Amino acid sequence: MSRLQAGRRHPVRFSLNGKPCTGEAEPRLLLTDFLRHQIGMTGTHVGCEHGVCGACTVSIDGSPARACLTLAAQVDGCEVRTVESLAPSAGRLGILQAAFKRNHALQCGFCTAGILMSLDCLLRDHPRPDEATIRDFLSGHLCRCTGYAPIIRAALEAAAEMAGDVSRETTHA
Amino acid sequence: MADAAGHLLDHHEAGSTWVGKSIPRVEDASLLSGRGRFIDDLGVRPGTLHAAILRSPHAHADIVSIDISAAKQSPGVVAVLTGEDVTSLTTSLVVGVKAPVECWPIAVGRVRYVGEPVAVIVATDRYLAEDAADLIDVQYRPRPVVCDPLAALSPDAPVLHDGFKGNVASDRTFRYGDPEQAFASAAHRISIDIRYPRNSCTPIETYGVVADYDAGEDAYDVLSNFQGPFSIHAVLSRALRVPGNRLRLRTPPDSGGSFGVKQGVFPYIVLIAAAARAADRPVKWIEDRLEHLTASVSATNRATTLSAAVSDDGRILALDWDQVEDCGAHLRAPEPATLYRMHGNLTGAYDIRHLKVRNRVVVTNKTPTGLNRGFGGPQVYFALERLVQRIAVELNLDPLDVIRRNLVAAGAFPYRTASGALLDSGDYQEAIRRGVVEGGLAALKARRDAARAQGRLYGIGYTAVVEPSVSNMGYITTVLTPAERRKAGPKNGAQATATISIDPVGSVSVHVSSVPQGQGHRTVLSQVVADVFGLTPSDIRVNTELDTTKDAWSIASGNYASRFAPAVAGTAKLAAERIAQRLACIAASQLNTEVDDIAFVAGHVGSKRNPDNKVSFSRLAGLSHWSPGALPDGVGQTIRETVFWTPPELTAPDDADHINSSLCHGFIFDFCGVEIDRVTLQTRIDRYVTMHDCGTILHPAMVDGQIRGGFAQALGAALYEEFAYAPDGSFLTGTFADYLLPTTMEVPDPLILHMQTPSPFTPLGAKGVGEGNCMSTPVCIANAVADALATKDIDLPLVPAKLADIVRGAEPAPPAGRAADTKRTGDRSLRGEGQATVAASAERVWAMLLDPATLQAVIPGCHHVEKLSDTHFRAEVTLGIGPVKGRYRAEVRLSDLDPPHAVTLGGSAEGGLGFGGGEGRITLAPTASGGTSIHYVYEAAIGGKVASIGGRLLDGAARVIIGQFFASLARQAGGAAPNRSRGSFVAKLRRLFGGGR
Ligand code: FES
Ligand code: FES
Repeated sequence: MSRLQAGRRHPVRFSLNGKPCTGEAEPRLLLTDFLRHQIGMTGTHVGCEHGVCGACTVSIDGSPARACLTLAAQVDGCEVRTVESLAPSAGRLGILQAAFKRNHALQCGFCTAGILMSLDCLLRDHPRPDEATIRDFLSGHLCRCTGYAPIIRAALEAAAEMAGDVSRETTHA
Repeated sequence: MADAAGHLLDHHEAGSTWVGKSIPRVEDASLLSGRGRFIDDLGVRPGTLHAAILRSPHAHADIVSIDISAAKQSPGVVAVLTGEDVTSLTTSLVVGVKAPVECWPIAVGRVRYVGEPVAVIVATDRYLAEDAADLIDVQYRPRPVVCDPLAALSPDAPVLHDGFKGNVASDRTFRYGDPEQAFASAAHRISIDIRYPRNSCTPIETYGVVADYDAGEDAYDVLSNFQGPFSIHAVLSRALRVPGNRLRLRTPPDSGGSFGVKQGVFPYIVLIAAAARAADRPVKWIEDRLEHLTASVSATNRATTLSAAVSDDGRILALDWDQVEDCGAHLRAPEPATLYRMHGNLTGAYDIRHLKVRNRVVVTNKTPTGLNRGFGGPQVYFALERLVQRIAVELNLDPLDVIRRNLVAAGAFPYRTASGALLDSGDYQEAIRRGVVEGGLAALKARRDAARAQGRLYGIGYTAVVEPSVSNMGYITTVLTPAERRKAGPKNGAQATATISIDPVGSVSVHVSSVPQGQGHRTVLSQVVADVFGLTPSDIRVNTELDTTKDAWSIASGNYASRFAPAVAGTAKLAAERIAQRLACIAASQLNTEVDDIAFVAGHVGSKRNPDNKVSFSRLAGLSHWSPGALPDGVGQTIRETVFWTPPELTAPDDADHINSSLCHGFIFDFCGVEIDRVTLQTRIDRYVTMHDCGTILHPAMVDGQIRGGFAQALGAALYEEFAYAPDGSFLTGTFADYLLPTTMEVPDPLILHMQTPSPFTPLGAKGVGEGNCMSTPVCIANAVADALATKDIDLPLVPAKLADIVRGAEPAPPAGRAADTKRTGDRSLRGEGQATVAASAERVWAMLLDPATLQAVIPGCHHVEKLSDTHFRAEVTLGIGPVKGRYRAEVRLSDLDPPHAVTLGGSAEGGLGFGGGEGRITLAPTASGGTSIHYVYEAAIGGKVASIGGRLLDGAARVIIGQFFASLARQAGGAAPNRSRGSFVAKLRRLFGGGR
């Protein structure tokens, strides 16, 4: 990567939720601030800005990543997906989102985007995770409202449904 | 549609109610799709500026000077405010006790806790504001510090505020019944000393404020994720020097959790509003996590001595409470409410007629306290329920028998406690009976016995707790004497409000001032109102944003004291019923029947006797808009109805200091089995059972959600979480890597049991439920650990190091010649030594180390080094450690010079990251290959922000920076790569050129 100049804005071209996206960022601009305040995608939340709470988790080239520990300039050329990509269409929920709703796996919803993105990545790579795997995978997320149990249940249900063990009709938001 | 919503909606039987069903939440779809509208998600007016706050690195110091000149010149900066500016624009916040003490949202002349705001920088973006904060030069003169509440009572303790007697903000004694006689005649006096630690429920979303000032109208407009109580609105408008109608306070649609904590945003509302006025532009501030953990708010820590007069069979005849409450550096509204919230409930679930209380409130050099889930309950029940366990141990009784023997009798409700609470309803014996059976206590005991037979450390704990909800707005005045109360005027009640509106096409909207922070209020209200009108929840739209200029609200509005289900939801029902009553009159006249015959069923209003005689709800409901003249005489409009409801039971404290501090009292019976690993001393919750009676349950899944969430927070408080302070007041737990919240790996799923004894005092029979486990769980776990280890003294959090002291005794001193490892809690000194080799002669290295230009080139992040004399340097450097990056000004003095062999560097530094001082000695020795081996030892002490990010980060950062220093020294010397050795850098750096911070 070419050397970026501090204090100057540099173009960042990347794919956001499957569509090409261009912005400009100073080298020090965090990906969270870039996504939220420049692109206007506020679904990705900021809970700590030091990499512990997981609220800011997005998918970068298919892997979960802390947007608060990523500079905007680093996603140049990458594929970024955020919580806004999870619903199949407006007014409908994806399988994982619907499982969260059914199981009351969120209260304030502030931690939720990050947890959904981590689970989305997990379920792509491991279609039938057991509870221990899910707990381990989600140990990088802090939720202060739910006590986690409903989140784990939702994840297990969604996994079973995605793996074809259960079938449900489309779920409306 | 096949989700639970559809399922439930399809199968809702006519005649059954929506209340009591776990319908899907209306809140969820947007939250799950990234379309929530939290404060930082909302657009602001063009031209809005952003604030950063410079905070004190010292726990107690005079501010000698603040130089903001460089900051003001910094790019993008529009305004910089210090204490002086804020005092000229605002008035001190009111203090909850009668004393000549001021409480400002920013330090004025003196800082009293680490993290106290010292300056507000307003710039065109947050990054630029933070840049400028680094350029502010504050000179402090440190004062002695007091952090411990009991130490603060001592006559020679440093005094924080001249207006208090010493550090005591309040000292009241209370007497109910005849405690002296009870103690004198009782067979036993059993006591316990408790230190309840500092912690907080720390929501994942931090504080946020957007403020605007209109000079033409002298009016403020503030948006904040404040949660209430809105009694604070009066505090704010007074502080901002405007009448209440010129302070418009609004809340965003969504808030990322609060648990009481977001009450504490209010001083920042004053600060940011003042900044907006000074900048003449709207100003936005979003708190960061470090700020939140360090300086937002905390629950109180408390030192309690509790004694009981006890009969031989374990009957408690009297209690004697001596509580010393630590409210931190300032007594902020509504403190000392934490101490008085439980005043009517100091006897817990027990029938104890004689009571003695001494309540002292002290100030210390820690973050000011405020609302937190459980609010006073965790502190009180930790003492009371530990005592009950001790009574069982000391009298050789079964702890559950002691609990049972003392419970308020099932037939005694409503029951007036000794100190004045009116326990509304319950059957505690039955709750315990069911808990024991359904929770499998017998099996758990067998598990314990089996574990113990194998030599494992296993214990069982119990708690019985009364969970108060719907606070009496007058309970706080119990801190005043009856004479002071008479002077101040009566305070009581708990006004809840709800508004129902119907539009021209007959669709129904609800507004309440409950300010939810994730609890799903909108869903529950849609259920409650749908039931009244015979509609479905999806027909009802609920808005819970609050705007003090347009909406109905009262000082009791807000989201605290578990008041939603008992008070607010009930008030919405009353408002809907008022409109329904009028609609029934209109329908009766249209359908030619009597009002009594009218029913609201499935979207229609019709005759019960003749269901075919009906009119659609929407048509009937719209009539008030379209043809008011056609309505029967005297019925009135059906367009909008606002109800204010306050329970008559919540009266002001009487002259004997009896106070019915809360309206409703749920009951919780918990027991748990824990195992402590003999090797790691980790506490594992083997089984946790929690039985709740919260009256009528409106939405079972949400009730369970509240219980699970509270349980998880309580588990954190019991095992992991503590806001730790060093003896010098440095804050040690400023990140989520240091202040440990439980994760999926630590939180088990408790077994939740219910019974429902409706409250006779609330419209729906509901009681609060959200706070109970924060009261019951910490002490239940502590009792289990006490049982496992057969020990009396249990301090939270139960970290392995503390349990190791109990199980293995104090750690032996390290063998001679080996220094103890650095950094345990409370010891922030960094010591270390290391070695590096450079390919240059000792003379050359010596010259380089003393040359400002070389130092400037090799010190990582160095801006410049100034040589004041041969042995005195001044340097400026920017260092980043973990999440905190800041600029330091350092002074370094060289001594014991032995050129070119050795030199001692002593120094101090101060900057945005904090402050520090240290000393180190560098020795240079030639190597066989013609290079120089540099050996260094150092010792440094640090405080301020960097101390709060924890040892791990500090050590890691130290190694990196020291490595960089030697790498670049080697490069500069034109030599080979250094051979880096272990040792921390900060000191080196710091010592090296004053990095000591
Ligand atoms: S905001 Fe990124 S991990 Fe917390
Ligand atoms: S739902 Fe509130 S933090 Fe997880």
